[in-house]
Amino acid sequence: MLNRTVAPESQAVNHINLIEPGHAALPNGCQVYWFNSGDQDLVRVEWIFNNLRFDKQKPLLNMAVNTMLTEGTANLTAAQIADSIDYYGAFLQAEYGYDQSQLTLYSLNRHLEHTLPVVVDVLTNSQFPQNELDTFVRNQQQKLQVSLQKNDILARRAFNKAVYSDTIYGLSANAIDYQQLQRTDMLSHFKQMYQPANCTLVISGKVDEATLQQVTGAFANWQNSFEPADTTQPSITPVTERFFYTEKPEALQSAIRMGLPMVNRSHPDFPALQVLNTVLGGYFGSRLMANIREDKGYTYGIGSGISSLKHGAAFFIATEVGADVCRSAVEEIEKEINLLRSELISEEELSLVKNYMQGSLLGSLENVFSHADKFKNVYFSGLGFDYYDRYTEVIKSITAEELQTLANKYLNFDEFYKVIVGKY
Amino acid sequence: MVKFDRFTLSNGLRVIVHEDHTTPMAVVNILYDVGARDESADQTGFAHLFEHLMFGGSVNIPVYDEPLQRVGGENNAFTSNDITNYYVTLPAVNLETAFWLESDRMLSLAFSEKSLEVQRNVVMEEFKQRYLNQPYGDVWLRLRPLVYKTHPYQWATIGKNLEHIEHAKIEDVKAFFKKHYNPQNAIMVVGGDVTLEQVKQLSEKWFAPIPAGEKYVRNLPQEPDQHEERREVVTAKVPLNDVYIAFQVPARTNGDYYALDLVSDILSRGQSSRLYRALVKEQPLFSEIHAYLTGSFDKGMLVVEGKPLENVSIDEAEAAIWQELNKMCDALIPDNELTKVKNKTESTMVFAEMALLDKAMNLAYYELLGDADQFNNETDKYLAVTAEQIQQACKSIFRKDNSSTLIYLAEK
Repeated sequence: MLNRTVAPESQAVNHINLIEPGHAALPNGCQVYWFNSGDQDLVRVEWIFNNLRFDKQKPLLNMAVNTMLTEGTANLTAAQIADSIDYYGAFLQAEYGYDQSQLTLYSLNRHLEHTLPVVVDVLTNSQFPQNELDTFVRNQQQKLQVSLQKNDILARRAFNKAVYSDTIYGLSANAIDYQQLQRTDMLSHFKQMYQPANCTLVISGKVDEATLQQVTGAFANWQNSFEPADTTQPSITPVTERFFYTEKPEALQSAIRMGLPMVNRSHPDFPALQVLNTVLGGYFGSRLMANIREDKGYTYGIGSGISSLKHGAAFFIATEVGADVCRSAVEEIEKEINLLRSELISEEELSLVKNYMQGSLLGSLENVFSHADKFKNVYFSGLGFDYYDRYTEVIKSITAEELQTLANKYLNFDEFYKVIVGKY
Repeated sequence: MVKFDRFTLSNGLRVIVHEDHTTPMAVVNILYDVGARDESADQTGFAHLFEHLMFGGSVNIPVYDEPLQRVGGENNAFTSNDITNYYVTLPAVNLETAFWLESDRMLSLAFSEKSLEVQRNVVMEEFKQRYLNQPYGDVWLRLRPLVYKTHPYQWATIGKNLEHIEHAKIEDVKAFFKKHYNPQNAIMVVGGDVTLEQVKQLSEKWFAPIPAGEKYVRNLPQEPDQHEERREVVTAKVPLNDVYIAFQVPARTNGDYYALDLVSDILSRGQSSRLYRALVKEQPLFSEIHAYLTGSFDKGMLVVEGKPLENVSIDEAEAAIWQELNKMCDALIPDNELTKVKNKTESTMVFAEMALLDKAMNLAYYELLGDADQFNNETDKYLAVTAEQIQQACKSIFRKDNSSTLIYLAEK
């Protein structure tokens, strides 16, 4: 007779096999990493550049230059770029990030001969035509108006500004910032940032020797400009004010975002902090979800996380709750933070979180692209693949006592930056 | 090409197995053949609320998530107007835990009052977060009743209003489970680092003992063809005006689906698409514009949506959209443009094969449509579409008397 009340036997995840990339440095200074695996005849090519030093007089340059890369070169109009990429079923995406910005090409291998020349042109000859810049500014300003009516977005802007102040991480773009974008500034920013010595090239998918030659060969004539890229960043000084409330009298829900500056991935405490974060708000069964969603029904979702950046990091809790229960939700969050500091996590809960995190790491390696993504996480934090060995070792060995010590060291609710948009 | 095997248990549960030994993970995807279209008009939002209750404990297992997380697994689910789909991913060595959990909740739920009370609140907060407390969030609550006058597609999966969710009773939950949640109304796909023999053995062990239940026979009122222009104008607290034009289109299983899907690609996929190029870049009249197909099992919608620039009148904006739609009806699309959207479809299908969960979901979906193997024939169906078929499909749907227009005017 089948006994349905007893769970089947299970096993812990023992080890994670990460694909180590091939590496070459090109004569022009570009660092190339490749991951060859997969049955599909397709490839993802990423050209990744460190952002230039943030200039608060011209705050949007890193973002605008990246976003407008595909809007025209000396040889091709924006329309021609789009046509030639789309015709071959490829995707060319510009992605702006806080530390790096990149251009990504997804292409079937057999179409690389047609798609690569377009990327070469984009990365060497972008022009930011004035008419395209006008369109960009107009459309971004319209989108901004919609964003500024969303409470969760307002809360994120206020939080980042408090924690990261006047840096690229704390930037909250306003309509006037778009207005001030000048084509000449964008051209010189482009010239300094998008050069081979400031580029990491990551190729993943079916990357045999011929494909590797094809991609690097296409950029054989890519030269550095005379001025090297200044990729240093101003230091971060969080503001002193701790509480930010924007009242929205007609809000049905309030957005809550709170947290504080944290150590980043390169700090020895980081893997253990990830365990602590998972317990608190990092998965569906977390304490915040169990209490504030599953027990109280205050919200559709609540979570916490650590955003690890090159020059800083922040721990944050974010949710949207019924406007009438906002104060109660904040009290429950405080209770959960204090519990981590005052009581040991039970063996049962800790072993669950450990197993969950190891399964989650294994599951995050879905295909060759995921392996490349894992590599980028550590590479751009100045770490090696041994980080993941340490990470799994910490997950396996950390004790409830150590986690309690960490909570007392890093999570003091009174020091939290607290942002509320809606009703309080 | 996604290879798979199929078998059916004696209680009617259909099982599909897709072996993929490139991953150490396994996925178990269970699709129940029930969606918001199966709700009664005075109890909308129920299929989705029920999905939440499926995580509130089953007859022999008090909580669903915890044992799964303990073996390194994750899960989620979604409800659409047509289906409810549950999925688990976990290390393949712990596959049996997923069978244990999923079979117990197919057998019977715990039907806890506390769980119902909490999930009612959670879903009401979801309603507020996604539909009421967002600019334009209520668009589907307005557009669906405009397009559908008879068919239950006239309400969104979240439901018509908060009251329907608030009033859900435990008896309703039990009746809904009995009617829809049994082996005959489900399709299970098991994929990843598993073998056919292993899945057969585990299915026999955990699922075969579940009673077959009654087969639900769907008999929904079908939406009559539209023969009048419909229009709704709302003044709302939104920052920008917004124009939605929805057209009734044939059901997903109708042969025209492929031509119409390419039509939406020609209109708005990527920066080389017609609406983007003509109306955002060249003229320019809109800050953004999109077109998409709902792919519904019964009569569906093709929706064109755009936010006009602030100096552009609604009349001007609508006229510009119609001009582009009329071009599709008046002239055959050029060969290179057709090749372009076909190439894009083809490469998207190749990329989709890299994601295990997507493959499992797709196999279940196509099996419900009639045959899982259709997943492997999709590309060919798109490639076979001709310019003449596209023009014909456009002519049949892009008519004023087949359109429902919803305008948001920004309150100044």
